[in-house]
Order: sequence, then structure tokens, then C-alpha cells
Amino acid sequence: MQTRRNFNFIKMSNQASTLFDKVWDAHVVRKIEDGPDVFFIDRHFIHEVTSPVAFLGLESRNIGVMYPERTFATADHNTPTINQHLPVADPLSANQLKALESNAAKYGISHWGLGHARNGIVHVVGPESGITLPGMTIVCGDSHTSTHGAFGAIAFGIGTSEVEMVLSSQCIMQPKPKKMRVNVNGKLGRGVTPKDVTLYIISKLTTAGATGYFVEYAGDVFKNMSMEGRMTVCNMSIEMGARGGMIAPDETTFAYINGREQAPKGEKWDKALAYWKTLKTDEGAVFDKEYNFDAADIEPMITYGTNPGMGQGITKAIPTSDQVEGGKATYDKSLNYMGFHENESMLGKKIDYVFIGSCTNGRIEDFRAFASIIKGRKKADNVTAWIVPGSHIVEAQIKEEGILDILTDAGFELRQPGCSACLAMNDDKIPAGKYAVSTSNRNFEGRQGPGARTLLASPLVAAAAAVTGVVTDPRELLQEI
Amino acid sequence: MAYDKFTILKSSAVPLPIENVDTDQIIPARFLKATKREGFGDNLFRDWRYNGDDTPKQDFVLNNPIYSGKILVGGRNFGSGSSREHAAWAIYDYGFRCVVSSFFADIFKGNSLNIGILPVQVSDEFLDKIFQAIEADPKAELEVDLAAQTITILATGENESFDINGYKKHNLMNGFDDIDYLQAMKGEIKEFEAERIY
Repeated sequence: MQTRRNFNFIKMSNQASTLFDKVWDAHVVRKIEDGPDVFFIDRHFIHEVTSPVAFLGLESRNIGVMYPERTFATADHNTPTINQHLPVADPLSANQLKALESNAAKYGISHWGLGHARNGIVHVVGPESGITLPGMTIVCGDSHTSTHGAFGAIAFGIGTSEVEMVLSSQCIMQPKPKKMRVNVNGKLGRGVTPKDVTLYIISKLTTAGATGYFVEYAGDVFKNMSMEGRMTVCNMSIEMGARGGMIAPDETTFAYINGREQAPKGEKWDKALAYWKTLKTDEGAVFDKEYNFDAADIEPMITYGTNPGMGQGITKAIPTSDQVEGGKATYDKSLNYMGFHENESMLGKKIDYVFIGSCTNGRIEDFRAFASIIKGRKKADNVTAWIVPGSHIVEAQIKEEGILDILTDAGFELRQPGCSACLAMNDDKIPAGKYAVSTSNRNFEGRQGPGARTLLASPLVAAAAAVTGVVTDPRELLQEI
Repeated sequence: MAYDKFTILKSSAVPLPIENVDTDQIIPARFLKATKREGFGDNLFRDWRYNGDDTPKQDFVLNNPIYSGKILVGGRNFGSGSSREHAAWAIYDYGFRCVVSSFFADIFKGNSLNIGILPVQVSDEFLDKIFQAIEADPKAELEVDLAAQTITILATGENESFDINGYKKHNLMNGFDDIDYLQAMKGEIKEFEAERIY
């Protein structure tokens, strides 16, 4: 066994290193020979679904929570998105919410339960409250924890056994992943959003193309992207198999964090900022794999199949099986589930539901984008739309900015925050056989309800479908808000 | 939670020759509402296994009595998607101790190792051979030898070696888990924590 410490975050050797290396190496408590690193976790988020069994584990071993102030609980996966003031009707869901509340109380963990002013989706409320900071290690029993990588943090999803490890020792056992850099340079076209950028990258790399890697996103497109856009991109890293993705913090990052409730203040801010400015990949640092894409090649995207890698520009026809990786049987099964055929156009396909929300696209910029197309138009009669803010803060912004009025005028209703139809654990389930244009992250079979058919897309594509009732190129409907 | 030690597993296998089997297929989100680790095997592959009215789908492999065993053999990129450990719990609870594929998603692989399921990654060619052997004889047995890190198709004697890090191998063979290890080094973790800027 070798022990290695890194007390001052300064790499002693002259070797050029990556952003990922800098943050990872500063968190290794012990390196196990022919085994994983004992990896220290700065921030741990928990929610009601993947934490109860971890707390049971602590009890059966008779061990406690080592640093309760490093864990933050919020209820999101299993919460209703209407009538949150009423008792939760489903007894199993209510039981999970109660378990989270009592576990948090028992161990002194901060808890933003249903009805709390700060409640919302874990990956929305962490950043908006200033809990997520550059250079941190952040985990949660949820694969979209990769979202927090937008701040230059190493953030990834873990299983419940690991939740128990973090609670009891603030560490997990992790082999260090390989390093990948994805560069996107140039200027994005009109109507092309961060969601399209990520769906494009995943379509190129496939759903397993980054498995075993941690990704750094670099290039003009990410430099010019807002923090919320960066979160959307990092969020979807897991959908190409990567454990996480990250973007070097810069002035955009610092400006976003400055002044947030739990962000460092005064002297602490100055000290933190000085450290954050060192968090970038050195010139000449080597990645195990590198991809380069041109922003001009990216169209508004939509998926046609049953994994997030099965996406393409909205104007393109569905590929034939010989044009895609993997076996024909799996491809046929997927198209059959979707009720689609090779060579069909996606444009003009009738849809039944629109869902805007989730940890991928449930922030204020997403609702602004959605409203920019909705404004002055009406919801299509054949469409049921679920509009679900990522948090109460986002909900309040929607109201303050007049977006709610635009939505109401067009015949839409706003729901209350939560994960909702992204994973359909609550009542927000798309019925079997129905088509949903969804701003969420997964189009797996049954993800949005048994038999539901999901088309992943950006808030602009979702808005265009919501007002026309069919898959529509949002560039035809863009207007100034 | 304690699990059975893993040494040598000799068993017939259940074939699932589909690629990109994601954790929403292994166990859909609506079955994640328990607060205890119990009964997840009942909902393993729920929507592939049962119709909407809860009657079994006859063409799904788990409903076909000619296939059985403690080894599940899946197509490439098994376990992608959500971090839900419930997927691994469902597989374990159903009675599988080993999953064989030519590629695994990271989180699923880690979760499996943490609860005592051995993920065995073989080449695409060897995976095809396993599927062919099971097609020829549904009772065809595989032998997974963790100490030797080999998997063998017993009918033909064909075998391949697989990777696993020494630490995890030691844990699985002895039924140890990471929490025991971490509890034993809390002093070292405390010193480390004291130096954190956050």
C-alpha cells in the first residue's frame, strides 16, 4: 500500500497535466496497488430513491455519518408535480420521502424536502445555491450528477453501496478513469442549443463511446456557452458512457457563482478564486482520446430510437441498419418499439406529449427558449404538455419574467418542480404507444412510462412540436421574444 | 450487505443476445420505491418479462423453462444508463451471480462488484461462441473461475481469460466489502479532511 498526500493542490512535477488530473489527484487519500484509489468526496447529494438502503446499511453495521455537513438531501425523483401541498397519495412514494426526512434529521443532514423553498431537482438546486464549486469532487446516487462538471468539478453518479461509503467515511473506492477531450470549435447556427451540441456528440460517439473515460469539453462553443448550457452538456456525458464530463472554470463560471447563498464570501472568495484560476488543462497535456467537431455541422437534433446515441439532425431521414453501429436485430427491435421505419423523415411525425423539464433542461434559460417560440402561438390541440421547472427558484423566475403569462395565453399550464416524466416514477407517465418530445436525457424503452415512445430534443424543438403537434424544425418558428 | 463468497461458478446460463441493455430495462423506475433491499428480483426485466396485465410474455427468455442458471449472458454494452444499484440487486435477487458480456457500462459494473455479482467481460467472438453453445444446448454449462480469471464453455473446452483488479478479486473471493476497508482507515481520512479548502 502506498500513501500519497496532496496538501496544497500544487503539482510538484513539471509535467503538463489535465484539469481532470489536477482535481482527481488532489482527492486521492490512498492509492491501492492493483486496485482503486481511496477517493475523497467534498460534496454528497442524496435523494429519496437511492439513499434509504444506504442508511439501513449504516444501522446494521452500527456506524454513523462521518461528516454530515458534507451531505445535502433533496426530494425530487418521486415527488408529485401538482398539489404538492397535499399528502403524497402513493403510499410507497410517501414512505420514501418520509425515510429521507427522518434519516436526514437523525444524522443532522440538511434536507430540502417537498414544500421547502429550496426544493427541486438535485442537479438544479446544488448549482443554483452555490453548493457546487470548481475543483470539488461531487457524487450522488444518480448518474446525472455529471451535471456539476460544468463548474470544473469532478462529479459523477454512484450506486447505493457507495452512498453508504460516502456517508460513513466521506470516501469511495474508484479506479481512475482514462481521459478524453471533446473539442467543438466554430459558431453554432441559429436555433442550435447546448442540448443539440450534446445530442450531436453522443450520436457521433455512440452510447458506449466514452465508457471508461472522463471527458473534458473544450473549444469555442463551450467557452461561449452559459453556465446553464454547460450544465446541459455535462449532464448528458453519462449517455455516451462517460462517468462524467467537465469544463474548465472561467469568468463565466465565477460570475455565476459569485453571490450565491452558499458560495464563499470575502477573503474566502478571493482565496477560492485564486485556486479556481489554476484549474485548467496545461498546454501539451495528453489525453487518451480526443475528438474534434465543427459547430457548423450541428443542426437542431432529435432522437429516433431507444438510446440517446440514436439521434440526428431534425431534417435527416432515419438511418438504415447498415449505417449504424451494432447489430441489425437490436436496431430493428428499437425501430419497431418506436413504430418507425428506416429512411422515414422525422419532420411531420405526429406527436402526443411534450415534456420540458428535468436536470438536463429544467433551468430558466430552457424555459426562456421554450417561451420564445410559444409566444403569440397556441398549443396544438392534439398535444398534452407537461411543463416542469427544475426547482422552486426556477418556478419563481418563470413567474417573475412573464414566461408564465406567455405559457398561459398559449394554453399551457405550469407544474411544480421535480424529476417528473423524465423517469416517470411519479404519476407523470406517458401512456403506452404515445409519442413524447422530451427535453430530458433518456429515450430508453419505457423510460417515460411503460410503452412510452420518447423523442429527445432541445427546448426549442419541444416548443415547435408543442404548437404544431408534429415534429417541426424550430428554425422555421424562431422569433424575437 | 454481506454476500456469498465467489470462487468457482459452474452453471448453465440464460442468454439475452440484445445490445445496450439499459438499467431501465433491468428494472424500470416505478419499481424503485422500496426503502429496503427486498424482492427486486420479481421485477427484473419487468416490461420485457410481463405484459401490461402482468401475464408473462411467453417469448421472453426468463419465461422459457428450458433456460436457467446462475449466469446471465447479455449483448454488448450491458447495464448502460442510470446508476440505480437496484438493477444489480434485481439480478442478484433473481439468482444470478455472474453476468457475461463483451462490454459493460461503468456504474453497473462497479455496482455489481460491490454487491457480489461478478461481471465477466469477454471478447465479442467469445460472446458469440457462448450464445452458440447455449443455442445448441440450453443446458450447456459455463465455468467461471475467479482465482484463475477464466471462463470456459465446458462442452467444447474453449476458454478465455478476463480482467479484474486484485483488490476487488480479493474482496469477492472472501466476501469482504469496501466499507470494512474504509472504516479501518478513518484516521487517515480525518487527517486528509482537515486539509481540505472546502
